[in-house]
Amino acid sequence: MTATAPTSTAQHGAAAGAGARPPLHRLALVELRKMTDTRAGFWLLVTTFLIAGAGLTLMASFAPPDERTLAGFFRAALDITGLIAPVLGILVVTSEWSQRTALTTFALVPRRGRVVGAKALAVVSFAVVLALVCLQLAVVAALLSPGDDAWDLSLGAFATGVLLQTLGVTGGFAIGLALLRSAPAIVFAYVLPIAFAILGEAIPGFRDTADWLDTTAPAEALWDDTGDGTAWAQLLTSWTLWLGVPLAIGLARVRRAEVA
Amino acid sequence: MIAADHLTKRYGGHVAVDDVSFVCEPGTVTGFLGPNGAGKSTTMRMLCGLTVPSGGSATVLGAPYASLPDPGRRVGVLLDASAQHAGRTGQEVLAVSAQVMGVKRERVDALLGAVGLDRRAAKKRVGAYSLGMRQRLGIAHALLGDPEVLILDEPANGLDPEGIKWMRGLLRDFADRGGTVLLSSHLLGEVEAVADDLIVIGGGQIVAQGRLKELLAASGVLVRATDQAALEDALALAGLPVEQAGGGGLLVDAPAEQVGRVALEARVVLTELRAADGAGLEQLFFSLTGGDAA
Repeated sequence: MTATAPTSTAQHGAAAGAGARPPLHRLALVELRKMTDTRAGFWLLVTTFLIAGAGLTLMASFAPPDERTLAGFFRAALDITGLIAPVLGILVVTSEWSQRTALTTFALVPRRGRVVGAKALAVVSFAVVLALVCLQLAVVAALLSPGDDAWDLSLGAFATGVLLQTLGVTGGFAIGLALLRSAPAIVFAYVLPIAFAILGEAIPGFRDTADWLDTTAPAEALWDDTGDGTAWAQLLTSWTLWLGVPLAIGLARVRRAEVA
Repeated sequence: MIAADHLTKRYGGHVAVDDVSFVCEPGTVTGFLGPNGAGKSTTMRMLCGLTVPSGGSATVLGAPYASLPDPGRRVGVLLDASAQHAGRTGQEVLAVSAQVMGVKRERVDALLGAVGLDRRAAKKRVGAYSLGMRQRLGIAHALLGDPEVLILDEPANGLDPEGIKWMRGLLRDFADRGGTVLLSSHLLGEVEAVADDLIVIGGGQIVAQGRLKELLAASGVLVRATDQAALEDALALAGLPVEQAGGGGLLVDAPAEQVGRVALEARVVLTELRAADGAGLEQLFFSLTGGDAA
């Protein structure tokens, strides 16, 4: 332990650059960093890629040749990572409350809307990068085990993949923001869409409405290239609901919440 | 400079902070003293914009905290040393905040060394830290942006005696260079050693505030006698304000000579008569904590 005080010998606040508001892109980079610099975040990512790698290896070894295409591998990689990735979106928000780091975060950036904005930006960037990594995994798989027409991947299918991945992770983020607790948010994010789909199947009168509120069916249609304008419209309405409502609730809660 | 203006916080029917006003001047250390649950932390959270007051307002450096563009560079805050991600290393905790504030990376390493967290400790996860190590990390975090104001909630908790002595030196030096310090504690001795000004809070209300020296001096005399009851009656008869002090003595808000004369007239033998030297403050503080003076 040194006896001298660790502050600079100059007068307080004299450091260069003091006084400017931290730009949003810097805050987003910080949020990306916070997603990966904890033990939980790091291992969640590593596990995601290990499972995706294992899944693609199985597929490359056993799938029929007409499925071993770039598009097939890409979709498989997205499906696998898409199962876990929403958890990362959830934890971006909820870990601030469970680990009580919100105290530090909001002391440094008191405009809480900016923190939420930076987190949203980080989550979207993360999803896009994740989709690109999935594409790389798919390229490796296609190189190692090319099937028929191995390099087939339309730009439309690629864009659809990136979009769906982004919606999935952002959906997790929105639910995390609305609930501010990890466990309920994770349950909610995974159980509710399934419950919804089952409900749509079970209640005949509900079905037509459910088609416009279900996120999975139009996504399937778009993947299979059978999607038309209706599928896009259904995707838009369902995600507006699944993103918009929790985001609005969450933003209001976070702005007003007592941070202790 | 910190200013609280009639700060009030209600939770349902419970009033946690009740009409609290004070000013902390640059160049001074202000001790914020009160038992646990007196409203210290709630007041400090309101100062930092983390809790919205039910009434009143607060400013730091002349503006509401939330309107400071880059508060980390102006105000160093340590509200709870345990409120850090258990899975992040100490070094990373500082590095993340340094990135937010645009502070150079070298400052992180310099501060880690300065607060006594060596290379090995810095690379450990905060979950494996002792409370003392967390406090050291929290103090390093508060100093990261080279601020003008420090707001520290119970920073001495968990520090060993050497660490407490070090922290006192650090705060004294910080204030002597023109900084403003507000630090809370539930131990009188802790703030007595370093504070210039004192705010005593109990049950959400300020019960005493002012220069520490004046508060200590303005507490009259401590007197003991062979016949305590007779002395007490005589003092009451003379119209002097009397309070029970710790250890069976009486605390009288009057000059020593006047108390001596009362004792002489009542033919009571005094065994002790001296300036109270903060015994009054101690008494006040003990009455807040609900315990009797020991």
